Amino acid sequence: MERKQYKQEINITPQLMERINELLSHYPADKKKSALLPVLHDVQDAHDNWLSIELMDKVAEILEIKPIEVYEVVSFYTMYNQRPIGKYMFEFCQTSCCATRGVEDLMDYTCNKLGVKLGETTTDGLFEIRGVECLGACGYAPMMQLGDTYQEHLTKEKIDQIIEDCKDGKINLHYQTNG
Amino acid sequence: MKVTIDGQSIEVEPGTTILQAARMIGGESVPPAMCYYSKLKGSGGKCRACLVEVAKGSEADPRPMPKLMASCVTGVMDGMEVNSIKSERVTEARKSVTEFLLINHPLDCPVCDQAGECDLQNLSFKHGKSQTRFIEEKRTFEPEDIGPNIQLHMNRCILCYRCVMVADQLTDNRVHGVMDRGDHSNISTCLSKAIDNEFSGNMIDVCPVGALTDKTFRFKQRVWFNKPYNAHRNCTKCCGKTTVWMFGNEIQRVTGRKDEFHEVEEFICNECRFDHKDPTHWTIEGPRKFEKDSVINQNNYTQKLDTVVIETETGILKGREQDRKKISMPSVPLKREEKEIFNEGNV
Amino acid sequence: MGKQILFDKIKVPGIKTYEVYRREGGYASVEKALKTMTPDEVVTEVKNSQLKGRGGAGFPMGMKWSFIDKKSGNPRYLVCNADESEPGTFKDRFLMEYIPHLLIEGMITGSYALEANRSYIYIRGEYMWIYKILENAIKEAYAAGWLGKNILGTGYDLDLYVHVGAGAYICGEETALIESLEGKRGNPRIKPPFPAISGLWANPTVVNNVESISNVPWIVNNSGAEYAKIGTEKSTGTKLISASGHIKKPGVYEIELGITVYDFINSDEYCGGMLDEHPIKALVPGGSSVPILPAHLIYKTANGDDRLMSYESMSDGGFATGSMIGSGGFIVYNDTTCIVRNTWNFARFYHHESCGQCSPCREGTGWLEKVLHRIETGHGREEDIDLLWDIQRKIEGNTICPLGDAAAWPVAAAIRHFRDEFEYHVRFPEKIKNRDHYVAEPFEKVKHLVSGQLT
Repeated sequence: MERKQYKQEINITPQLMERINELLSHYPADKKKSALLPVLHDVQDAHDNWLSIELMDKVAEILEIKPIEVYEVVSFYTMYNQRPIGKYMFEFCQTSCCATRGVEDLMDYTCNKLGVKLGETTTDGLFEIRGVECLGACGYAPMMQLGDTYQEHLTKEKIDQIIEDCKDGKINLHYQTNG
Repeated sequence: MKVTIDGQSIEVEPGTTILQAARMIGGESVPPAMCYYSKLKGSGGKCRACLVEVAKGSEADPRPMPKLMASCVTGVMDGMEVNSIKSERVTEARKSVTEFLLINHPLDCPVCDQAGECDLQNLSFKHGKSQTRFIEEKRTFEPEDIGPNIQLHMNRCILCYRCVMVADQLTDNRVHGVMDRGDHSNISTCLSKAIDNEFSGNMIDVCPVGALTDKTFRFKQRVWFNKPYNAHRNCTKCCGKTTVWMFGNEIQRVTGRKDEFHEVEEFICNECRFDHKDPTHWTIEGPRKFEKDSVINQNNYTQKLDTVVIETETGILKGREQDRKKISMPSVPLKREEKEIFNEGNV
Repeated sequence: MGKQILFDKIKVPGIKTYEVYRREGGYASVEKALKTMTPDEVVTEVKNSQLKGRGGAGFPMGMKWSFIDKKSGNPRYLVCNADESEPGTFKDRFLMEYIPHLLIEGMITGSYALEANRSYIYIRGEYMWIYKILENAIKEAYAAGWLGKNILGTGYDLDLYVHVGAGAYICGEETALIESLEGKRGNPRIKPPFPAISGLWANPTVVNNVESISNVPWIVNNSGAEYAKIGTEKSTGTKLISASGHIKKPGVYEIELGITVYDFINSDEYCGGMLDEHPIKALVPGGSSVPILPAHLIYKTANGDDRLMSYESMSDGGFATGSMIGSGGFIVYNDTTCIVRNTWNFARFYHHESCGQCSPCREGTGWLEKVLHRIETGHGREEDIDLLWDIQRKIEGNTICPLGDAAAWPVAAAIRHFRDEFEYHVRFPEKIKNRDHYVAEPFEKVKHLVSGQLT
């Protein structure tokens, strides 16, 4: 299948390279490919949360594997994005428990509020809404993933608040451990 | 080691798979294989067309295996008893796999270059039904140009992974692979980059369906009108032993030499395959015979054929009376005897 | 309050941190095992505990450990399966988030038992914050000398790492997990060879669920025989249950195996009864893959015994009238739930999560979803119900890995127990055109429409 190509500025900073090397140290020296999934997460994080062909080629070069091996993996897993996406990605869980606790209404509500359909980015590039499958928060339904963490027990009011917080830059997409 | 398949016993070496043992026995008991390819390491286990029933695990542990086993990846044990075509469970499973492989298949055999030598066509002749229960819209993929020699028709692909293994095992720089997942998995280079290496053409030979076909042969001929000959030439890159597919004095296609299970005896290089269509480049050894009872073989020139008479052929161009009226053709009167035939409705 | 093994200390303030965990007696099992026991003695204790694997399949953990190939001399690996993705299941997440050192302690003791010097925790990518919590906890454990070279001066070396996935349910299947850990697509491998012989990088590997491994410290500290005294004869120990759906108190509960389903749903200690006092309609007791139970088979088995929260009682009656405890993903549905819609939802999940490697699953899961979607949206045909039955039957048992079965069973059970609802959808499409069609008019009220036609 032909794929649309997007331009991306690639910047493997020294900090990122340091992190990649740390991840590589988790595997035997001749098994660099094993670090692919974790490395892709960090590389994606440092590049507006998506991976262009050029960026994947760069990862292949670092891990000393063929580019196609990276493309195959990136397209298999749902958490890697192959096109530019909204900064705040609302990933609503749609599976059984969330569905029975009303997630579909909330998704409609959020789409209407932001004026986008599922899988579209708002014109300001801030928001994107997606329906995903079970995120393992069934007891706290309905819920969505936003960045590294979960927003649970959602209501329309909570969503309004989250959208405001995103606009005000109050939402930290990255989870920080205190250690 | 002794293994019994459909009541026929054979002694085999340890490490032999059930499928290999069945192929040694031959005949009806050989399970169909859509993804296994003996020359490709790690192939098999995926299509599930070769499922068999293991009625007795071994002499040491005679318990039957509860599930049907993929015969291409299951090793034989001493004293193992296997049911293949004899078991209703097995034929039922083959029917199921055939149906699954066909629901999203475009069924475009009339315009497919693989028709006549297609494993899926053979499988459906044997285990398929003429009706479909699938009323949904079929899955389709955007076309991708993978280069000047090979045509990729993703809609026909059954994801056997053979072409990926060819690229992995015959070349040192694989540029295509399986993208995405589930029923949207597809063979792709991601880049529309030409697949360009000396052995890429073997992807065509190993493809069990019409997903990868020879661009230099595209729409040239139905394969059953070609006469295959064994031929060879001095080649520095490969064995140079091929089958050339002739029409009159013209070589329309060059392939590897395929055995009765549609596997090539030896892989050949792209130069032999694509660049030598002149008969003077080849030493022709003689006609290539096909042992397997495949769709192409039903019309093969090596067999004596009876003349087929199609009852309706004489009147078919003129159409039925009611249709002729619909398209305002009554001004062309039918002859009296023609009219009688149409009135009987034997069209 | 039943016996608590995993949650015993979970309410202690600061138990997330190394200092508090250690102060509360943490890492004692590592000391005991490394200093006073041989690896095989640890395996024997786990065997004696009769602990069944808590990931869903319920394979005895000690037996799995004893299969690992120690003779070849190849490096061995213990891999923890923290790819918790089975709909309805969120227990491992709870353990790892609130008491991460328990898992790390279990990993060290377990790795020692298997004589592994390198181990991994494979966590699903969506649990990104827990990945970071675990990485941090591992750093703490290294700093305190529980990991690294020559642990406690015993000469035993162990490196432990967290490996993060990236969104694929199939990676919960142990061989797909290993593939993913090797940096590949999560395609399950063909078995045999089993991981115990040839797993990670073709070396002997054991893959265990988070909850299973978290039980190891207690078993080593108190003996396998003590563990086996908890629970019932065949279902020993405690089990984490992730309760969700239409109940008053969804959440993760540690139960002693063998309590009644009735008590679990209705007592204030656990689920606290049904939400808004709606009647119970159906139960998925062990994650989306297991057969759904209709109301009359939830509290009682087919022969009238109390249904218990145990492996044997939950599966009493086989698939005809029973189910499975599976991963402990306990989803309760009330009368506003549409079984057809829910079955379609599950089918969509499996369609989305199929790896696409083998034909019955790749093609069959998509087909199931499309037919179910058609029925749910009022475009079903009478023959579609039999078609669904036939498709699921053709997937089951014919695939490389259990995902095919997991996709087939919920459809089979829904038709087996709720066929009349499917018929209602087919025959009265105008009545089901809104997605919340049973909220205003539960099926019980319109049931006569289809039963009347049948007689």
